[in-house]
This record gives sequence, structure tokens and C-alpha cells, in this order.
Amino acid sequence: MQLTLEFGGGLELLCDSEKIHKVNVDLPNGADSDDFTMTHLLSWVRTNLIKERPEMFMKGDTVRPGVLVLVNDCDWELSGQLDTVIEDKDVVVFISTLHGG
Amino acid sequence: MEAGEAKSKKAGGSRLCCICNQRRPVLKRPKTLQQICRECFYEVFEEEIHQVIVGNRLFKSGERVAIGASGGKDSTVLAYVLSELNRRHNYGLDLFLLSIDEGITGYRDDSLETVKRNEVQYGLPLQIVSYKDLYGWTMDEIVKMIGLKNNCTFCGVFRRQALDRGAALLKVDKLVTGHNADDIAETVLLNILRGDIARLSRCTSITTGEDGPIPRCKPFKYTYEKEIVMYAYFKKLDYFSTECIYSPNAYRGFAREFIKDLERLRPRAILDIIKSGEDFRIATTTKMPEQGTCERCGYISSQVRPLSLSHQVML
Repeated sequence: MQLTLEFGGGLELLCDSEKIHKVNVDLPNGADSDDFTMTHLLSWVRTNLIKERPEMFMKGDTVRPGVLVLVNDCDWELSGQLDTVIEDKDVVVFISTLHGG
Repeated sequence: MEAGEAKSKKAGGSRLCCICNQRRPVLKRPKTLQQICRECFYEVFEEEIHQVIVGNRLFKSGERVAIGASGGKDSTVLAYVLSELNRRHNYGLDLFLLSIDEGITGYRDDSLETVKRNEVQYGLPLQIVSYKDLYGWTMDEIVKMIGLKNNCTFCGVFRRQALDRGAALLKVDKLVTGHNADDIAETVLLNILRGDIARLSRCTSITTGEDGPIPRCKPFKYTYEKEIVMYAYFKKLDYFSTECIYSPNAYRGFAREFIKDLERLRPRAILDIIKSGEDFRIATTTKMPEQGTCERCGYISSQVRPLSLSHQVML
């Protein structure tokens, strides 16, 4: 599926300083399109986009505390966080809050 | 399943904004766990800050106020919201942006560009004060001298004095900074971890330094960092976001990590820690450290050997 992933708040430094990534994500073999959730996407991002210091982006299976996630401009806390289903043409934004103000 | 149904199933189902009951929610507030839409979010965010300002009598009409502006998320949102509230509620304030250049290459030089853009975007006059001009040292030079330990200790002390100097140049009556609820909760924890009782008793005050050259206040004292970032994101406010290169060595990092983990489990913990900090009372039998003055210049000093930190570096 085609997705647009955006990284802000300093996270772009982990992905070759690119803020916006238009990507094509292959569904895991045999998986239903309803099964592709943020859990799978995070794993995909860690493997394919994060080029350095993955501990700045993820802690365990989820994002590092202090990283906000928006799916189609909506706080992922509203859609079940890791259980949020990701669909074709979705826009996912990751913003780190962990820097000076 | 219809496409429309699928999308709304994802976005919190058929739930609507808790406040207006009309629009699709876009945010879950950590403070209240309410699910609210964009427009209601702007309203509650701005209104709560207005209530903090009015309720704590932070300003008087006619005051000249400098906003400590680093180009970062907190100070940019502060400048935006304060100008807006000043207009909307007629606070009668004369607002300025005050920025400190510590001389940290690759960090401060970039963020100053952001403040210069903010000057234009918000129409607020900007004053920049540099460590090099004030003290003859940039932070880069200081770190070369003292190594990578205690950098924030030096920088923080210098910045405080630099802000006082900048405020005097602008002839302002008050300074505001963008310290948010997360910052203050971290500071309470830090002071507990270090047994710093003197700082613990001061660090939750919303206004400080009333007995000094320039009082400073923190209108974002009860505002969550998450909401500041979301506000800036939705409003497309321009801010700079990189960590200071010397900060990974700072002790505060541990308190921050802990607070973030806590927030995940129980978001209200941040406000509750601040409340605990506010209500601490020091036992009357405890001896409090005395705050002296620098032998050389008379500025305040907490050091046992009473030389202010700026004079310690000169030695």
C-alpha cells in the first residue's frame, strides 16, 4: 500500500534528514488488508527508514515515550494506538517532543 | 465494508468531540482524557492559558513584557498565544521577543533564524543578547575548557543573567518563559533526587524573582508539552527542533525519561507532581542553605565560595 510518512521534531535526522517519505509497503504474506496495523508499520519503519539511533524512535514495540503519532491528522490515542488499522493512501506523522522549547 | 465506515471506524468510531458534539475528534487530552476536535482544542487551550494568566494575576495593563524566545516549540507557541490573548482580551501589554545566543554552533545559530522569522510573523520586536558580548565566552569555548560535565549548570546560570541584561536593555517590567507542565514536573523530581531543598521550595512558583531585577513568570505552568506540540502542528507554527548538542550528558534527561514513561501510564501524574511540589512544606528544623552574593560583582550566588558562576569561569 502507498503511504505518506512524515517525521518532525528532530526525528527526520534519523531518516537521512528527510521529513517526508512516500513509501510503498508490502503487506506481510497472506495477510488481510484489515490486519495491517501500526504495530506492523512501526516495525517496517524501523527496518526500512531509520538509519541511526533507533532507540530515539522506538522503545520495545512502540514509539519512544515523547513521540506523538497522528494518523490522517488524528491522535493515534483515539484509534487504539498500536491497534490502529493502516490503509492505502494514509498519512502517518511522527513528531518528537523531546527537545528544548 | 464501505470506505466511509472504515475510515470513521478508525478515527474513534462514531464518537464525536466531547465538547461540541458536532465534529470529529482529533486529539485525546492528557489532562482530562477528553476526545476533542480541532476547533474546540484551540478554544480550551487558549482559554485555559488565559485563565492561568488572569487567575494568577501575571500581568498589569501597560506593562512591557519580554518573551524569552529560543525559536523552539514552547517559546514560539507562547509568543503566538500571548499576542493573540493580548489582543483578544485587551491585556494592554507591550510585547517583545528576547533571544539569547549562547554560541553553540549548529544549534543556536539555526534556532536564531527561526526567532528572526517569528519577529516578522508575529510582528514583535526582537532583541538578541550573546554570551560572547556579555561574558567574552561562547558555550563552545566554555565546554572546551570544562569538558562535557555540568554544561547545563554553567549555561543555565549564564542564561539567567543574560535574560536580566536583555530585559534591562529592552526596559521591560517582566519576563515570560515557555516552561511547560512537563518541564516543571521534571524539575520537581530533579530537586528531590538531588536533595536540593532550596530549589524545591521555589521551583513550582509561577512567578519568581519579584525581589530581583526582573520578575519572570511561566504562563504554560499547567500546559502539557503534548498539547503545545499539537497546537503548533495544527496551526502550522514555525519552530526549530533539535536537541542541544551538550544535553545528552545532562542529568535532567533521566527525569525526563521517567516523566514520559509515567505520562504513558497515568497522564495526570504530571499535574499531580506539580501539585505535590506546590504543597511541600520544609520542616522548620531544617537548615536552609543561604543565598549569598558574589565577592566580585555582587550578583546573586549560591556557591559556598561566594563567587558567582560567571566569575568562576573567568578564573
